[in-house]
Amino acid sequence: MDEIKAGLSEIDCDVLVIGGGTAGPMAAYKAKMKNPDAKVVLLEKANVKRSGAISMGMDGLNNAVIPGHSTPEQYTKEITIANDGIVDQAAVLKYAQNCFEIIQELDKFGIRFQKDENGDYDVKKVHHMGTYVLPMPNGETVKKALYRQLRRARILISNRFMATRLITGKSGRIAGAVAVNTRSGEFLVVRAKTVIMSMGAAGRLGLPTSGYLFGTYENPANSGEGYAMAYHAGAKLANLECFQINPLIKDYNGPACAYVAGPFGGYTANAKGERFIECDYWSGQMMQEFYKELQSGNGPVFLRLNHLHKETAEHIEQILHTVERPSRGRFHEARGTHYAETMIEMHISEIGFCSGHSASGVFVDEFARTTVPGLYAAGDMASVPHNYMLGAFTNGAIAGEHAIDFAAEVDFEEFDRTDVAREQERVLAPTRREDGIPPNQIEYKVRRLVNDYLQPPKVTRKYELAQARFAEVREDLENAMVVRDSHELMRAMEVASILDCADMAACASLYRTESRWGLYHWRTDFPERNDADWKCHVLLSKQADGSMGCEKRAVQPYIVPISDDEKDAYYKQRITAEA
Amino acid sequence: MPLANTSTAVPVVVDEGKCIADKGCTVCVDVCPLDVLRISELTGKAYMKFDECWYCMPCEADCPTGAVTVNIPYLLK
Ligand SMILES: Cc1cc2nc3c(=O)[nH]c(=O)nc-3n(C[C@H](O)[C@H](O)[C@H](O)COP(=O)(O)OP(=O)(O)OC[C@H]3O[C@@H](n4cnc5c(N)ncnc54)[C@H](O)[C@@H]3O)c2cc1C
Ligand code: SF4
Ligand code: SF4
Repeated sequence: MDEIKAGLSEIDCDVLVIGGGTAGPMAAYKAKMKNPDAKVVLLEKANVKRSGAISMGMDGLNNAVIPGHSTPEQYTKEITIANDGIVDQAAVLKYAQNCFEIIQELDKFGIRFQKDENGDYDVKKVHHMGTYVLPMPNGETVKKALYRQLRRARILISNRFMATRLITGKSGRIAGAVAVNTRSGEFLVVRAKTVIMSMGAAGRLGLPTSGYLFGTYENPANSGEGYAMAYHAGAKLANLECFQINPLIKDYNGPACAYVAGPFGGYTANAKGERFIECDYWSGQMMQEFYKELQSGNGPVFLRLNHLHKETAEHIEQILHTVERPSRGRFHEARGTHYAETMIEMHISEIGFCSGHSASGVFVDEFARTTVPGLYAAGDMASVPHNYMLGAFTNGAIAGEHAIDFAAEVDFEEFDRTDVAREQERVLAPTRREDGIPPNQIEYKVRRLVNDYLQPPKVTRKYELAQARFAEVREDLENAMVVRDSHELMRAMEVASILDCADMAACASLYRTESRWGLYHWRTDFPERNDADWKCHVLLSKQADGSMGCEKRAVQPYIVPISDDEKDAYYKQRITAEA
Repeated sequence: MPLANTSTAVPVVVDEGKCIADKGCTVCVDVCPLDVLRISELTGKAYMKFDECWYCMPCEADCPTGAVTVNIPYLLK
C-alpha cells in the first residue's frame, strides 16, 4: 500500500455525488429512489461507513422544525435574524418545510428521536427565540443506519477516492470530476450528467491553539476541497467572510456542548461562575461576547454544570462522553475533571468555512443548484446558513431529487481531454521531485499564517500582509513541494485546497468594508454594520482573467417579514443587570 | 531542501496479542477517516503509521477483538 502507481480509468454515471458523509449519502439515496434505473455513484475520500462529521454519531438535531413546536415561518425568521439579515429565505423556508419528512424517514431507518411520556417529540429550546433542538437517544447508530440504506438501494460506492477537480464542458455545464486513489495515486475520471458536491466544511483552515494539525473542530478530512473545486470550476461562493468560529472545550477542541447541557440548566460562565450571555446558541453575536469575556479580566470562559444536581451533571457527562466525540471522557479523565465538581475550561476554535454553523458556502438556491449548470451543493459547504446535520440530510435529499431529473433531460457534456491531462500533471508534480518541502510543513505554515493574520478582529493591513505571505507559500507549493507516497499525495492535494481557502477568506473579508455577524466578520477599520451599502451577499468567484474577485448580490425580498424591533434580537446577548 | 526523520509519539495503540490482522482482518485500517493506520509488513499487526489523528474512535469501536486504544494526542492532552 501507499506506493504511487500510474493508472487512469474512466466511468460514466447519471449522478455523481462527491463526499459520503451526511448530505452525500442522502443525496445518492434519494436520487436512486426516484429513478432506480439511473446510475448513481458516491465517491468518498475516506470510507462511507465512518466518514464525515457524524462518523461516530450525533447527540441530536439542532434545528428540527416540528409541527406543534414551531413553524417553518418562525424558523425562517429566527435564522434570518441569527444570520444578520443576509439570507435568501426561499432556501431556508424550503428546508424548514421539508425537514420533518426527513426526520420521519430517518426514524424509519432506525434512528430514534426523543419523545416525552405522551409520545410527543421532546424538543428543547436553545435558540434565542424558538424551540428546535431534539435529542437522539441512539445517535451513535446514524452512520450505520444510513450505510444499510445505501447498500439496499445498490448505490455504487467508491471509497478512498479523493476528488481533486471538477470538469466543465465547452458550454460551461458540468461534465464530471477527476479523482485520485488515496492509496495508489491512480486516477479516476468520472463522466457525469450532474454532480452533487457534499464535501463538508473547510475545517483545516485555521490552526487549533494546540498546534496539532488534526486537532480541529471539524473532521479534518474536510479540508476545503469542495470550496476549492467549486471555485476552480467557476461557481460563485457566498459570504466566505462570515467565518465559522465556535466555542469549544479548550485543547480538546470539541463541542462543549451547550445544546446538550443547556436544557438541563448548564451554561457558559466566566471565571466567577457567572452567566454573561443570554443565549448559548452559536452565532457570531454570541461569539463576540465570548471573545470579549476571554479578553477581559473576567476570563477564561467555562462550561458550568457544577451547580446542578450531581446526577444531572453526571447524566450530561455520560451523553457527552459517549456519542459525538467519545474520546472527550478520556481527555477529562486524564486531567481529573469531573463535570459535577469543576467548571470546564473553554476557548474559541480556529477559523473555518462552514454554512452548517455559520453561512460561508458555495452559493446555492432552494434546489441546491450552484451557479454552474448541472452542479449542486449540499451540507456544510453549501450556502444555506445554520444548516447543521438535518440541513445536510434535507438539502442533500433536495439536491438528489432535482439532479436525477436534470440528468434525465441531458446528455453527457463534451469536454476538453487536455483538461484531464493538465490536472494529472498538477497532482503528480510533487511526486516528480527528489527533494523539497513536504506537505505537512507547507500546511503548518499556511495555517499558522491564517491564525496570525486572518483570525478576527480583522485588520486591513494584516490581511494585506497575509495575502503577500500566501503568495510566497504558493510559489513553494507549486515549485518545491515533494511527496514520497500516495498518502502524502493526498495531503499535498489537501494543502492546495487549504491555501485556496485561505486566499478566499482574505479576499472576501477585505471586500466587505463593514462589520457584521459579530465576531465572524469584525473589521476594526470598519467597526459599524452598514446596512445601506452592505445588506447584501458577497459572491466570490474566479474572474475571466484567472484572478480572484468579489461582487455584491442583492438579498432576495423576504418571504417572511422581519420587523424593525426584531431584527437585532441576536445582538441582545450580553446580560447587563442581575435578574 | 533535504528531508529529515523526526520522531513523534502517536495516540493510537494496538495490542498485538489481540490483533488478528495476520488472519486477514483490516477493519481499523478500512474505517479510519484519516487513513492513518496500516498493517505492518514486519509484525503482521495493525499500527498507527501517520500522526494525523482526530481521536474520533471508529478504529477502536469497530475492532472485533478490542485490540485498539485511542489516546488523546500528546499536544492537546
Ligand atoms: C464535532 C461535531 C459535532 C456536531 N454536532 C451536531 C449536533 O449535535 N447536531 C447537529 O444537528 N449537527 C451537529 N454538527 C454539524 C453536522 O454534523 C454537520 O453540519 C453535517 O454532518 C455536515 O454534513 P456534510 O455532509 O456537509 O459533511 P460531512 O458529513 O462532514 O461529510 C463530508 C464528506 O466529504 C468527504 N470528502 C471531503 N473531501 C473530499 C474529497 N476531496 N473527495 C471525496 N470526498 C471528500 C469527507 O471525507 C466526508 O465524508 C456537528 C459537527 C461536528 C463537527
Ligand atoms: S481491527 Fe483490530 S484485529 Fe483488526 S486489524 Fe485492526 S487492530 Fe487488528
Ligand atoms: S481515532 Fe479516528 S483518526 Fe485516529 S486512528 Fe482511530 S479512526 Fe483514525
